[in-house]
Amino acid sequence: MNSPTLDGAILTLVTFIPLAGALLLIVAPRRDREIRWFALGVSLLGFFASLHLPVHFARAQAGFQYELNVPWIPTPNIHYHMGIDGISMWLVVLTTFLTPLCVLISWKSIHDRVKEFFILLLILETALIGVFVSLDLFLFYFFWEATLIPMALLIGIYGHERRVYAAVKFFLYTMVASVFMLAAILWLYAKTGTFDFVAIQTAIRGGQVAGFAGAGAWLFLGFFVAFAVKVPLFPVHTWLPDAHVEAPTAGSVLLAGVLLKMGTYGMLRFNLGLFPEQSRTNAKWIMVLAIIGIIYGALVAMVQPNLKKLIAYSSISHLGFVVLGIFSFTQAGLDGATFVMLAHGVSTGALFMLAGILYERRHTYDIASFGGIATPMPVYATFFLFITLASVGLPLLNGFVGEFLVLSGAFQARAVYGALGATGVIWSACYLLWMYQRVFFGKVTHDVNLSLPDLNGREQIALWPTAVAALIMGVAPLLWLNAIDPAVQTALAPFVQLASKVVGQ
Amino acid sequence: MTPNLHLWLIPVLPLVGAAINGFLGRRFSRQTVAAVALGFCGAAFAMAIAVATQFSSLPVVPHIETLAHWMRAGAFQADFAFYLDQLSFVMLLVVTGVGFLIHIYSVGYMWEEGGFYRFFSYLNLFMFFMLTLVLANNYLLMFIGWEGVGLASYLLIGFWFLKDSAASAGKKAFIVNRIGDFGFLIALFLLIQHFGSLTFAEVFQKIDAMNPETAGAGLLSTIGILLMVGAAGKSAQIPLYVWLPDAMEGPTPVSALIHAATMVTAGVYMVARSHVIFEHAPTALMVVAITGTLTALFAATIGIAQTDIKKVLAYSTVSQLGYMFIACGVGAFSAGIFHLMTHAFFKGLLFLAAGSVIHAIGGEQDMRKMGGLRTKIPWTFWTMTAGTFAIAGFPPLAGFFSKDEILWRAYQTNWIYWAIGVFTAFLTSFYMFRQWFLTFFGEYRGEADHAHGDQTRAGVPAPHGHGGIHESPAIMLVPLVILAVLSVAGGWVGASRFELFLSPVFYSHNSGHLIAPSSEEAAQMRQMESLESTLTMVSVAAAGLGLFLAWLLYYRRPKLPQQIAESLGGFYTAVLSKYYVDELYATLFVKPLVDGSTRILWHTIDQGVIDTTLDDTADSARDVSDTARRMQSGNIRSYAGWVAVGAAAVIAYMIWVGTR
Repeated sequence: MNSPTLDGAILTLVTFIPLAGALLLIVAPRRDREIRWFALGVSLLGFFASLHLPVHFARAQAGFQYELNVPWIPTPNIHYHMGIDGISMWLVVLTTFLTPLCVLISWKSIHDRVKEFFILLLILETALIGVFVSLDLFLFYFFWEATLIPMALLIGIYGHERRVYAAVKFFLYTMVASVFMLAAILWLYAKTGTFDFVAIQTAIRGGQVAGFAGAGAWLFLGFFVAFAVKVPLFPVHTWLPDAHVEAPTAGSVLLAGVLLKMGTYGMLRFNLGLFPEQSRTNAKWIMVLAIIGIIYGALVAMVQPNLKKLIAYSSISHLGFVVLGIFSFTQAGLDGATFVMLAHGVSTGALFMLAGILYERRHTYDIASFGGIATPMPVYATFFLFITLASVGLPLLNGFVGEFLVLSGAFQARAVYGALGATGVIWSACYLLWMYQRVFFGKVTHDVNLSLPDLNGREQIALWPTAVAALIMGVAPLLWLNAIDPAVQTALAPFVQLASKVVGQ
Repeated sequence: MTPNLHLWLIPVLPLVGAAINGFLGRRFSRQTVAAVALGFCGAAFAMAIAVATQFSSLPVVPHIETLAHWMRAGAFQADFAFYLDQLSFVMLLVVTGVGFLIHIYSVGYMWEEGGFYRFFSYLNLFMFFMLTLVLANNYLLMFIGWEGVGLASYLLIGFWFLKDSAASAGKKAFIVNRIGDFGFLIALFLLIQHFGSLTFAEVFQKIDAMNPETAGAGLLSTIGILLMVGAAGKSAQIPLYVWLPDAMEGPTPVSALIHAATMVTAGVYMVARSHVIFEHAPTALMVVAITGTLTALFAATIGIAQTDIKKVLAYSTVSQLGYMFIACGVGAFSAGIFHLMTHAFFKGLLFLAAGSVIHAIGGEQDMRKMGGLRTKIPWTFWTMTAGTFAIAGFPPLAGFFSKDEILWRAYQTNWIYWAIGVFTAFLTSFYMFRQWFLTFFGEYRGEADHAHGDQTRAGVPAPHGHGGIHESPAIMLVPLVILAVLSVAGGWVGASRFELFLSPVFYSHNSGHLIAPSSEEAAQMRQMESLESTLTMVSVAAAGLGLFLAWLLYYRRPKLPQQIAESLGGFYTAVLSKYYVDELYATLFVKPLVDGSTRILWHTIDQGVIDTTLDDTADSARDVSDTARRMQSGNIRSYAGWVAVGAAAVIAYMIWVGTR
């Protein structure tokens, strides 16, 4: 707390630096080269600004930090209330970390409407950060919906052949689901007169919300449906593969890397935070769906002929781990779930970048069009293997820590869930290594692939940070867990009492 | 004052070598690559020797050194911490010693291969993970090594990745190991759940405090069996052994180091390390013993019919690992580790010698095309002879002492283990001498000009310019000779002295009855000793019979095996085809999974049920396709326009609702 004024303003700064950049771009002349450099500069500025958060974060301290709470609109009573804990902080940093890489990876692949592309990308970044820092439900909902527009436009304008179908499907699918959350938020506002997350939480825990006993279950579901579609949880996941396959690379990176985590973050913050009892009641079927997602996503990923769809389905599997961990209500489970969110953001973001690099060269994601790629592109193959191993959950890389903690937590909650979820370690090896073999090993089967150029400098610069992050997260996870652990402890406080009852039996 | 041995450096040194060669090796000369790899691996070996010199003066054993915290969640914590006791000490010396020898050999063997730097980078990486596994002070750190050696194995089996069979074999090894790891992981979860820790000392202390007769037995049996599932994956036991024979696709030094001497014994080490759990779990012990017995026998029968020199050794490894598990399963952990050590010597030797044979005749691995090599490659012949007699169990070679100890202990538990063990020893002797005769005796059956740049299969050592059958260079022969000496003399320390050395590890817990016999038992023991020598004679006779039969069939009457094979008909074909286990697994598991995932999960559920339901029931979802179809003909700007209009409407609605 060395500079109180900066501490209050830092979240606003981090959130709106990209938007400010986007606004500047709107009035900027159409000079693509300069626009790219400008976008890179803005996103890097955002990243370095966001590093202030973990550097000055008081790890031992529970509750929200860097809070700023000022009235915004008097009627309805909307506050500009921002703040982060050890969970949301890392999601903010994940967002600012991935955005510059998205700029780099779009350098050449986006050549039409370059200006609009980077405007949308930066607006999207602001909206994503806003979701994680908002502590006012209205503000949260505002950012939540605001992510939809730039993302749908990125898919719809810059995507591949069936981009419009995918964009509209994505938009409506998640839009419809969000309506339920909006209804729940409005109900809460009607009863409490505030949108403030902390105030509503206090009111609910104090039993001061009239009619909550009857409505609680519905409110829980209202939030849950919106989040479940976003995650996406089986069986409301079918928008994701379409969206990914059609999206431009940067869109996929942010979609898988950050946007999906809005759903799991929402479950953690709002479902568990506001409705602990309802969460407990519903945990069983949610965990079952999560396990189905883990296994189902992996099996369907295994048989995809399309590289990008394979990665998309693998995301469904990985996000299943997150949901499983969250609804285990154990320290390890939630620590792990948060860690998986971050690890998946880094490694799947990198996988989509890698897939995009191949697409730029061959204009296809069809696995059968490749084979033997390790020969013309050895450096690329090495990066791909490294990230694949991170994704497979090899210890000392980032995937392992989260998965292990999640499964250990789920196992404590209910052994059979942990065991079923743990089959995921087998499936992920199956689909990823099989894919890797088909793309990279053997002799080159299509002559056109013989002359593919290996990674250039820019692509390497975009990939190195993900590889380094994957390694550091695996070797020194405490850098992250130190902040996550106390936040999880706070989040689990209402569950401790309920859990101790079970142990006592 | 406890000295600081800097144990962490032992695994990290080879890691540095792997990193240097991995990042920069492409620009290095072969000499530099070899110097880096040998330098860092040798440094690890030197450190191990240094530790050995200080070992006896350590004030506290187990000696524990903590480097850093690794992860933490609530009360659970796992550290980068290292554990040195007599058991990890033995493993440390075996791994660094044999590993270093095989590094040296590899320089000669791989000299003319492409990807030389890549090979040594992987090999050093393997040493890092293997040493981590061996020195870990908790199960989670052990698991790092455990998975990491699997990675190194994957990379090295698939080293010649242009070959589809090599790439597939690597993948198969990794996935089958993952199935075992699943069991290992569940065991770890149980340990965390019930003991709140994965640190060896803490877990074992809590288990020792439990009353073995009550609650713990079921739990510990479950944990033990799950650990054994993990061990069966890594150490190639039934039903997860199928990856090891395929792993022979890797370069031969890899087969020697990873798939014979060190990595595959990790499962045995892990079970021995967990002996406190197993000693409290008789059911789990029985599972270990039965698995070991069946695997030893089963693999040996397959070994009889193999024609590829490396495949014979691969099945032999599976079989010998079975012996080690028999030992663990009857509670004779030190006998298991003893055999692990001698096996590392003689099987490492046999693979390296086989590599030397393959090298000599330009990449041929089929024994039917060998023969008569005795005089042409004498060094290889004599060292391989030492290895063959050692594995067959002839006194006074290393294999005799360790195998004899296992069989004796097995007999004391159940004579069936012993009987199958002796029969397997006979089979072992038979197929090993069959190999010996086929390779080195009789007439040379290969093509005369094989080594003159003929097309060898991709992935085996490229033919040299200097044609003809030739002995390997000194850099390959020196490790052979050293390992041959160890295969001869490695057992002379004797099983009982070895056991005494390890006794602080295995008998410090509440199983004291194993070391302190009462006077009644002492009298019984004298009786037992005469029984023991009788049994020893039986097993040596079995080995002799195997030698005789191999001599008869493959030297004296070389036409006979063909006739016998024909008379056996279907059974012979089944053995030759490895009992069709790979085919069975493909039909039972692989194909249903792939087909089911494609047809049922993806096509029917994902694209059929879910998407169709959504399209049919939700009005909004139906609009998706309509809108999409209508808009498809329009220009891009209008798509964007539509989406933007929709979004604007939504936000307007939102604000309207919010401000009401």
